[in-house]
Amino acid sequence: MTRDIAVVSVAQSQEKALTHTTEVELMVPIINEARGAVGFTQDDIGFTCSGSSDFLAGQAFSFVHTLDAVGAVPPISESHVEMDGAWALYESWVKLQIGGIDTALVYSYGKSSPGSLRDVLSTQLDPYYLGPLWPDAFAMAALQARIMLESGVVNEQRLAEIAVRSLNGAADNPLAVRSSADATVDSVLAEEPIADPLRPSDCAASADGGVAVVLAAGDRARELCERPAWIRGIDHRIDPHQPGVRDLTRAPSARKAAVEAGAGNDRLDAAELAAPFTTQEHILEAELGLGSDTAVNATGGALAGHTMMAAGLMRIADAARQIHDGRADRVLGHAASGLFLQQNLVCVMEGE
Amino acid sequence: MAERLRADLVLEYPFTRTTGPVIGAFLTGLREGIVLGIRRPDGTVLCPPTEYDPETSAPLTELVEVGPGGELVSWTWVDPPRSQSPWDQPHGLGMIRLDGADTPMVHGLLVGGPDELSVGMRVTVRWRSEREGHIADLEGFVPEGAGQ
Repeated sequence: MTRDIAVVSVAQSQEKALTHTTEVELMVPIINEARGAVGFTQDDIGFTCSGSSDFLAGQAFSFVHTLDAVGAVPPISESHVEMDGAWALYESWVKLQIGGIDTALVYSYGKSSPGSLRDVLSTQLDPYYLGPLWPDAFAMAALQARIMLESGVVNEQRLAEIAVRSLNGAADNPLAVRSSADATVDSVLAEEPIADPLRPSDCAASADGGVAVVLAAGDRARELCERPAWIRGIDHRIDPHQPGVRDLTRAPSARKAAVEAGAGNDRLDAAELAAPFTTQEHILEAELGLGSDTAVNATGGALAGHTMMAAGLMRIADAARQIHDGRADRVLGHAASGLFLQQNLVCVMEGE
Repeated sequence: MAERLRADLVLEYPFTRTTGPVIGAFLTGLREGIVLGIRRPDGTVLCPPTEYDPETSAPLTELVEVGPGGELVSWTWVDPPRSQSPWDQPHGLGMIRLDGADTPMVHGLLVGGPDELSVGMRVTVRWRSEREGHIADLEGFVPEGAGQ
């Protein structure tokens, strides 16, 4: 028996590089917008949970500073995950299931522009076999891409089509940091590889940004939001870390999470996927069982702007907004973490 | 005017770790100039070795020598080299399945350009002359027959 929990409000911001803005300054307006949309102050929030990375901030316990954007006096019930905010949403969902509270604030943010994200991501690798070689994220993704191309599970034409879907879809999306209404398969295929065989448009455009989501349970959600996005299923799974022991053309953990979240139980109007590479978007479409009747990353997805630590929660927010607006009745939000889609979270939401 | 106070900040990780019976054995093997894998209950061999079976989590203990030759499973080209990597020249990055192993390991490919790389080609280990029990004791892999 689970409680009905819904996303009742979302707010987000994303730019190519936030040069003169601290994480606190970034999050103040976003958190105020998400809380304000349902008439909340922090006093109305039963539990607050965030996701961010000290490796990006370059400082231990950096998330404590960002609590200044929330307001933590008088003391609040609060937690943090060194993960994408989608996992902070999962923790909040569990907390709401336990009961005693009816509302939660979830937020996450990332500011990777001061460093070289493709190199910083080497720090997520094991510290004995892979980490000391500092293989950058594009090069690692290229190893997977070549295996996929050689095995025939995808071809360059299909990867370019995914890139074009993102570039074209993002053209009217103010949160996207890379878009092109004119991009075509031919223009993408004409790009010089950045990490052979991957082209620049195969790799997500790095961004700085933040996102905040308010969750509420049962009738409280109905009071706060005209059309709450009810979380009907949420699940996360993980595959082994060492790349050599995995079939890199697959993401079994994504498939398992989708099954457990009930993604295939009914038609999905839209899916928002947090794949940092076209190759991985292709894998996810297959593993999540998305058919041609599901609009995938219609406004560009993570390829059009990838804020480390927030890209997944942003996808859940994008999906929930489509329920709020009445544009969709059943949606899927996805988050990924680690090397080659090692860890995946699937959140299925419905309108009433 | 008051003297400006100054304090140095040294970013460091002031802990030591032990590498354990499997990773430790692998790294010691590198120092001695051999590459070790580990056998799974189904008879297949993981290289690099892990302490546990990736599917069943069963403890693994049977170390076996693999390589030094192997097959290139995938590759990409890294130019410019990444500043913190062991390599200071443009190089390949590959997944290499060593002879006697069933899984590939990631390491550098020491060739002059991407035109010299292809999936399925035979490669072999090039060792550093001074080794300390570190993954970079392997300088990288070179095409078989290219000389050590």
